[in-house]
Amino acid sequence: MNKLSLFGLLGLVIRRDLLLAMRRRADVLTTLIFFVMVVSLFPLGVGPEPEMLRKMASGVVWVAALLASMLSLPRMFSADHADGTLEQMMLAPQSLSVLVLGKILAHWTLSGLPLALIAPVLGLQFDMSVQALWILVLALLLGTPVLSMIGAVGAALTLGLRGGGVLVSLLVLPLCIPVLIFGAGAVEAVNGGMSAVSNLALLGAFTLFALVFTPFVAAQALRISME
Amino acid sequence: MQQTPLLEVKNIACERGDHRLFSGLNFTLAPGELMQVQGANGSGKTTLLRTLCGFVQPVQGSVHWCGQDIGEWDDDFHAEMCYLGHLNAIKDELSALENLQMSAGLAGYTVSDQQAVAALRRMGLQRREHLPVRVLSQGQRRRVALARLLIGDAHLWILDEPLTALDVGAVGLMQELIGEHLSNGGMTIFTTHQPLQVSGVQTRQLMLS
Repeated sequence: MNKLSLFGLLGLVIRRDLLLAMRRRADVLTTLIFFVMVVSLFPLGVGPEPEMLRKMASGVVWVAALLASMLSLPRMFSADHADGTLEQMMLAPQSLSVLVLGKILAHWTLSGLPLALIAPVLGLQFDMSVQALWILVLALLLGTPVLSMIGAVGAALTLGLRGGGVLVSLLVLPLCIPVLIFGAGAVEAVNGGMSAVSNLALLGAFTLFALVFTPFVAAQALRISME
Repeated sequence: MQQTPLLEVKNIACERGDHRLFSGLNFTLAPGELMQVQGANGSGKTTLLRTLCGFVQPVQGSVHWCGQDIGEWDDDFHAEMCYLGHLNAIKDELSALENLQMSAGLAGYTVSDQQAVAALRRMGLQRREHLPVRVLSQGQRRRVALARLLIGDAHLWILDEPLTALDVGAVGLMQELIGEHLSNGGMTIFTTHQPLQVSGVQTRQLMLS
């Protein structure tokens, strides 16, 4: 029997959440299919004008990504809360923030990463240029972790509440507005012939900022909800 | 020889909502001691055990481990204890073996397949190691959760109704496990409505009213 290091524990939590997700794939696919559906509905509803579609593409993809990532948030801690695993996580001999970070990373791998990877395919429906598609993927890769991280705080705060699912969206969506603005802005900038670097840099800054603070805040929120 | 107590509960009071459950509670627990918390439903047994874990802050008083407040111990105290609550903390989707390895991991240990299988066999789960927990009975799930006690070197066991859903054989096994734990210098505090006798050890009673 060996002692588990800090990174060992982080890896264990990520592995565990990914393994659980593989055993109930429907949950993961729901997020992805929702995203694909919402984005695909827009060209059908708005009509086939390439000029307009190109203009609205990045905004539509980002709003859909925002809504899709809300779908899986209520489940982030609720299953572990219901079966008592959360109690055991709090009794882990390492900081709870590390375990929360593990859960955030696993959540992003299952809900943010697939969206970023499938976005170029959806972007084709909007007649986006190749360069704009690359920037869209890059912006999603930089921005979606923030959604998971802020979402973790919201999910922890609403844990065990009735109607927590709606509440978490109301709580988290306003906080995600900056990510939406700069994420969509990055693609706009490229379409307008400018550099997207400043937008991407700001998204990266948000991610780093959230990475430092949100695991700690979410861990505190979990402690409160366990009392 | 009288051992110095490691766990000291000093004059604590706990509330649930606005309702005062108990107050002025004092006791100590030294290595090799076994304590049973008794009381009617709703008398605060679970709250007391959760207070010892640090989930619930007492309204008054303090809990000390090795002479230091458990709030100041931070995460190091968690390495010295093992808590088993009403909930089994196991996942239906995972097999018994995976569940044990995950819960051992959360407690800070890496266990090999052989060690985990040995622990599960000891708990009477032969040939059930690779089945998803979903198909096991309540008693078998409880055994999977209890197998966690066999992993690690926690001094203090805090067990909330450990005998729920267990059959006579498993209750005997639990008595045996607790007996071994105590003779190795461990401590156990537990709640139960069933009689639990560990041979050679005087069970201390704590009555909550």
